[in-house]
Amino acid sequence: MPLHTDSTPDIGRRLSARFGKESITLQTTCDGLPTIWVPKERVIEVLRHLKTEVNAPFRMLYDLTAVDERLRKSRDQLPAADFTVVYHLMSLERNEDVRIKVALTGEYPSLPTATGIWPNADWYEREVWDMFGIRFDGHPNLRRILLPSTWEGHPLRKEHPSRATEMGPFTLSDEKQDAEQEALQFKPEEFGMKRKSANSDFMFLNLGPNHPGTHGVLRIALQLDGEEIVDAVPEIGFHHRGAEKMAERQTWHSYIPYTDRIDYLGGVMNNLPYLLAVEKLAGIEVPARAQMIRVMMCELFRLSSHLVWYGTFAQDIGSMSPVFYMFNDRERIFGIVEAVCGARMHPNWFRIGGVAEDLPRGWEKMISDFVAYLPKRLDDYSKILMKNRIFKARTVGVGAYTREEAIDWGVTGPGLRACGLDWDLRKKRPYCGYEQFEFEVPIAYGGDCYARAEVRVAEMRQSLRIVEQCLKNMPAGPYKADHPLTTPPDKERTMQDIETLITHFLSVSWGPVLPAGEVFAGVETTKGITGYYLTSDHGNHAYRARIRTPSFAHMQMVPLISRGLMVGDLLAILGSIDFVLADIDR
Amino acid sequence: MSETVRLVLCIIIIPNVVLTMAAGLIWLERRLLAVWQERYGPNRVGPFGLLQPAADAIKLLFKEDWIPPFADRPVFVLAPAIVMATGILTCAILPIAPGIGIVDDLNIGLLFFLAMSTMGAYSVVLAGWASNNKYSLLGGLRSAAQMLSYEVFMGLSLMGVVIMTGTFSLREIVEAQRDGWFFVPQFLGMMIFLMAGLAETHRMPFDLPEAEAELVAGFHTEYSSMKFGVFFIGEYAGVVVVSSLMTTLFFGGWLGPWLPPLVWFLLKTMFFICLFILLRATLARPRYDQLMALGWKVLLPLALLNVVVTGAIKLATTGGGV
Repeated sequence: MPLHTDSTPDIGRRLSARFGKESITLQTTCDGLPTIWVPKERVIEVLRHLKTEVNAPFRMLYDLTAVDERLRKSRDQLPAADFTVVYHLMSLERNEDVRIKVALTGEYPSLPTATGIWPNADWYEREVWDMFGIRFDGHPNLRRILLPSTWEGHPLRKEHPSRATEMGPFTLSDEKQDAEQEALQFKPEEFGMKRKSANSDFMFLNLGPNHPGTHGVLRIALQLDGEEIVDAVPEIGFHHRGAEKMAERQTWHSYIPYTDRIDYLGGVMNNLPYLLAVEKLAGIEVPARAQMIRVMMCELFRLSSHLVWYGTFAQDIGSMSPVFYMFNDRERIFGIVEAVCGARMHPNWFRIGGVAEDLPRGWEKMISDFVAYLPKRLDDYSKILMKNRIFKARTVGVGAYTREEAIDWGVTGPGLRACGLDWDLRKKRPYCGYEQFEFEVPIAYGGDCYARAEVRVAEMRQSLRIVEQCLKNMPAGPYKADHPLTTPPDKERTMQDIETLITHFLSVSWGPVLPAGEVFAGVETTKGITGYYLTSDHGNHAYRARIRTPSFAHMQMVPLISRGLMVGDLLAILGSIDFVLADIDR
Repeated sequence: MSETVRLVLCIIIIPNVVLTMAAGLIWLERRLLAVWQERYGPNRVGPFGLLQPAADAIKLLFKEDWIPPFADRPVFVLAPAIVMATGILTCAILPIAPGIGIVDDLNIGLLFFLAMSTMGAYSVVLAGWASNNKYSLLGGLRSAAQMLSYEVFMGLSLMGVVIMTGTFSLREIVEAQRDGWFFVPQFLGMMIFLMAGLAETHRMPFDLPEAEAELVAGFHTEYSSMKFGVFFIGEYAGVVVVSSLMTTLFFGGWLGPWLPPLVWFLLKTMFFICLFILLRATLARPRYDQLMALGWKVLLPLALLNVVVTGAIKLATTGGGV
């Protein structure tokens, strides 16, 4: 990839001026994100500079991940590296991102930790250690995070097998079983907890991985003094399915269904950031009709996901009935989704360059019925929940964080908007034609459980508005792009001309081959900003696919906001941050 | 009919009816909740699913009755027995209708009920303790705190009625309501008793000892088979008892025009049972400390106020003589 030193983006010039030309290398990527290589000795300095010293600083560590570069062929003029650690920083003030890369050499390299700059670097660095075997010097607790402590190897390294059949046969000897059992013993010290205080022994309560209040296989080790939470440490990874590793085996096209299952309540909305990234890489312009269909389906899934959240949140607060009402409403959405996509929760329906099929006959009636039906129900729900005194007593002031804390911990989505910040990618960086729609970005100010609920409840009405506008303004035209990399390509001419036939045959059997490059696309999904950072090595599959999910960041924050509260509050907090375990673990 | 035969019949029938009602309540509750929650509820076993409780009981009886090895065995077994025993014993004092009742003129009827309901609290506390499970322990802990505090003003809330009638006998209290049900003069007492009753039977919104979203199943997490069933029935027996006491103390018991006394009593009791279920379908669960605060800071002063005001009015109207 060519390097441009003249037309460097502003931030790159600044860094060169500040840290010297020899330590700053600039790379252009097809997503236009300023990408800056810095040597590992200076990375902490650079990061701190970007966070605190520049104008309109990059205060959010949006993502921290790594790439195993050892097998990558198309990396001309990039600094030599066996591994690259990538920091994706976001500045809300300037509405800009910057990507900082550190080239590392050696089999098991190391670099200094960024936990001193961003508290949320903690989990991200643990994940990089877990997945790549890259050490972060000075990290307070560099343990595996997604895989069990007895796992051998680091799975996102290229030499690690990607399926069980590539590994030796599984055996479980007595010693191994004992070791595994031993590893499961709960040792408070490993979680950074003390066993006793000056005047009492603490009680340790193991909440999950099987617990009705954790919404999935999440374990939270609780250190209790009576019913008061001294510390709460989430343990994640029970839902880890290696989605990022799978992307390195599946073709660009056949990976789409896996994205469905990341935030499994978000349905097709999960396809979107992945496909936006792929399309950016391939240079595909998606036709207007396909875009609006995508927007409509995404907003329907946002409604459905928020309805599930609403009901289960009410249940966490102890209110029994609402969940049934909301699941009934969601069933109606699924009726529409089924009619359009043929499946309900995981429709796998967006395609590279468009959507799988055109809308079915009669879709207008289904949508307009639903748009007319839901608002009245939402009014009722506000009465039974949002205005209910017990509900308020359980949520107002509980689990509050400030705007600064939210940015520091990488909170996005409704959780961030509940701190009075109207940060919504649909408005700030419109994609899929969101700029054509009239809608508002609801915000709330408390930063607590109630504020987060307020934001989501208001968002549902905005989603309805968007769906209604889709209904009224759905453009005519093709539902997928006329582009050789559109998969599967338009079939109309397949049997008429040989060129289309070959393209069709190749992209169906072999998979579309995308140009080499790096690309990031972020989308305002139900839980926050989901981002796909894809590295293509001119193959039919991703060389590396990084999925940055909002739930991961939000879960990391739970200890901070639950200390000193009671067990019941913790469940309210868990309900209010609206996470999905697959979205945390991938 | 000789007195002995009547008594024996009452002794056999009343507890059985209460227990059957408790079991039937499981069906009623599930069906009513379903109606309020836009679903069907159990409708497959027998007509309208009426045999569901029987099917449930058969299932529970055939399940493994497991006592965890880490549990305190004797106490673990004793705990469900207590809730059942106190539930049935309370039936003895229910003045269902003239001539229907086991201990007809127990002059300390009301005290007996309070004593039994206090005993019932032990069941939950002991179950939580004996299970030797942290969730159960937290459930038992919450229950102990909740019952102790709500016990206090449950007794106080009834003192207004006692002052007005000058007796602890439930029959005499009913008779005293011929000129007007006590829920009018004792409205405050009635409301407080209703809340205390909810707390005593740990029904929503006072179901903190078993708050399933937080404590899995609270005090009965480790219980299986019919021991669990007994807790279940015990809870519903508690609902029946508290509802019938609401009827007796504040809504004139069996009194009412046209219909026979027994029917009136049952109708009124059913009304309160349904109210209990409706509350469960409607309300969210306050936090443990909020519940305590409500009890000690709001309900207790109100109960005291009620006693003082009732006493003052009584003094003023009777000139001090009782």
